[in-house]
Amino acid sequence: MTTTETPPTGAVPAAEKKNWRTSGGVRGWFGRQHWAVRTVLALVFAAVAYLLPYAGDVPVLGPQIITEGIDWPSALFNMSYYVLLALGLNVVVGFAGLLDLGYVGFFAVGAYTVAMLTSPDSVLHTEWPWLAAIPVALAIAMLSGLILGWPTLRLRGDYLAIVTLGFAEIIRIFATSSETLRGDRGFSDIPHPPGSYADGKPIFGVADATPYYWLGLSVIILVIFGVRNLDRSRVGRSWLAIREDEEAAEIMGVRTIKYKLWAFAIGAFIGGLGGVMFAGQQGFMNSQTFILQFSILVLAGVVMGGSGNLFGAILGGALISYIPDRLRGIEDPIFHTDLFGFRFAIFGLVIIAIMIFRPQGLIPSRRRAMELKDREKEVAPQ
Amino acid sequence: MLLELQDVTLLYGRIQALHGISMTVGEGEIVALIGANGAGKTTTMRAISGLRPVAQGSIRFNGEDITKMRADLRVVRGVSQSPEGRGIFPGMTVRENLEMGAYTRRNRAEIKEDMDRAFTLFPRLKEREKQVGGTMSGGEQQMLAVGRALMSRPKLLLLDEPSMGLAPMLIQQIFDIIVEINQQGTTVLLVEQNAQQALSRAHRAYVLETGRIVKSGTGSELLHDPSVKDAYLGVA
Repeated sequence: MTTTETPPTGAVPAAEKKNWRTSGGVRGWFGRQHWAVRTVLALVFAAVAYLLPYAGDVPVLGPQIITEGIDWPSALFNMSYYVLLALGLNVVVGFAGLLDLGYVGFFAVGAYTVAMLTSPDSVLHTEWPWLAAIPVALAIAMLSGLILGWPTLRLRGDYLAIVTLGFAEIIRIFATSSETLRGDRGFSDIPHPPGSYADGKPIFGVADATPYYWLGLSVIILVIFGVRNLDRSRVGRSWLAIREDEEAAEIMGVRTIKYKLWAFAIGAFIGGLGGVMFAGQQGFMNSQTFILQFSILVLAGVVMGGSGNLFGAILGGALISYIPDRLRGIEDPIFHTDLFGFRFAIFGLVIIAIMIFRPQGLIPSRRRAMELKDREKEVAPQ
Repeated sequence: MLLELQDVTLLYGRIQALHGISMTVGEGEIVALIGANGAGKTTTMRAISGLRPVAQGSIRFNGEDITKMRADLRVVRGVSQSPEGRGIFPGMTVRENLEMGAYTRRNRAEIKEDMDRAFTLFPRLKEREKQVGGTMSGGEQQMLAVGRALMSRPKLLLLDEPSMGLAPMLIQQIFDIIVEINQQGTTVLLVEQNAQQALSRAHRAYVLETGRIVKSGTGSELLHDPSVKDAYLGVA
């Protein structure tokens, strides 16, 4: 019997009770390691991530992991830009606590700027290489974040959510109906990233998505470093204060509007980066790419993974892309169609299960958990 | 005068919350603002700290017009508030909350000095240094809110209902500490429902009714004023 093993309650004072969970679980353990150990572990983790395209070669386990209906490196690349978007949205929603339902708008701004500057279909006829378009695309994405943020960030909570929702729809509808942005016809022949092998074949071709995944992963790693440093700086501290109690933050002397704008601009920058990557791999895009579902999906990923936690956002972003792709090409036992058709139903079930068993997300932020508890207290009748 | 409000009116939408408030707080004083629920006490505090824009009138602080100044700059000038309902950052530890209080300051040594001072004033906070704010009791949160407000080294400390929800023993204690803070050189403007305590500790006080100041005087004057006794002190 398990009951006989538990020590009598009260024998150990609560403060001295130390188990795996109270001492911080995996993260607590990781934080207590020597910095060299931590570096080695992080490098191993990164190496595993870079080797993921070959996961199918791992005996027994490999075939369970890789996708069947879509080629595995492509699925990995899809995951990489979803993760990028989740990381960006996590800055806005998770760090600064601003509910943004129109995040896809910034993704669209990044992708469209690249398309306009590079595609032969564009009215600009500049036909720049992909690399040259990046700084312009990112600058415009960031600027659009500031332009959207300046008038709207005085709003709070639900009101902000609705305005951002409107923003994403305006971008999509504008892209659909505008002659310049070519609507459904879209832009084709968007150039791929540069570089070629010794035999003259391009690294970033059409057949193999592996190099795109590696590029995406490298960008993700850079973004992780950037965002982590920001989070630990004065900026991150200001975001934390704004998220926990905006009014209290203000009377501590935090210039709230400035830091909220920063969060929006940085989120928009990372979202634009996702759009740049997407355009560079696909070579073609039209207004159908930027449907609202996309924003909601990324937000679901951030919340599911653990809002406010970098690794939670990464896991969530990866899952929202991986789950539907993994379902592709599997026949369901009842209707004998592709399980992919049921992706939203299955996805919904997964989200409900997570909300029941892990309401703070799969890898929650400990502060976030505390804030949620505090808010419950406020709502509870006195 | 350290703080001077002149004919300040303030609107929430179309509802007028303050109807021309004029009051002063001199350097080194403890001034209390008493009144019933909804009289405009907290609104007056929010006007002074810059959380709500005023519609008319002016606010001068330390010789400077701050009527239209941003809230964060008022903190730099020396106005600090412990808000109603405490406004503790629930996910931050006691130490992190106190560090937030020193947000506008750079001098590490001075911040450390003030941190020690807060821990001396509230030894309980030292015991709870690493505990997160959200898990603390009401009294502890109140101490933290006051301690945090002191961390900006304010010239003027605004305390909004420091005794709210506290046990009688703790109320005594928190008022003792307020007097101590004042004696160490910080001017205090105090909003209170506990008129008995507030009036017996304050040098001067104002009585607020539906957004207007209806009475003012020294603490003991008001304490013995029959109409004040009747309305706020619960003795006939």
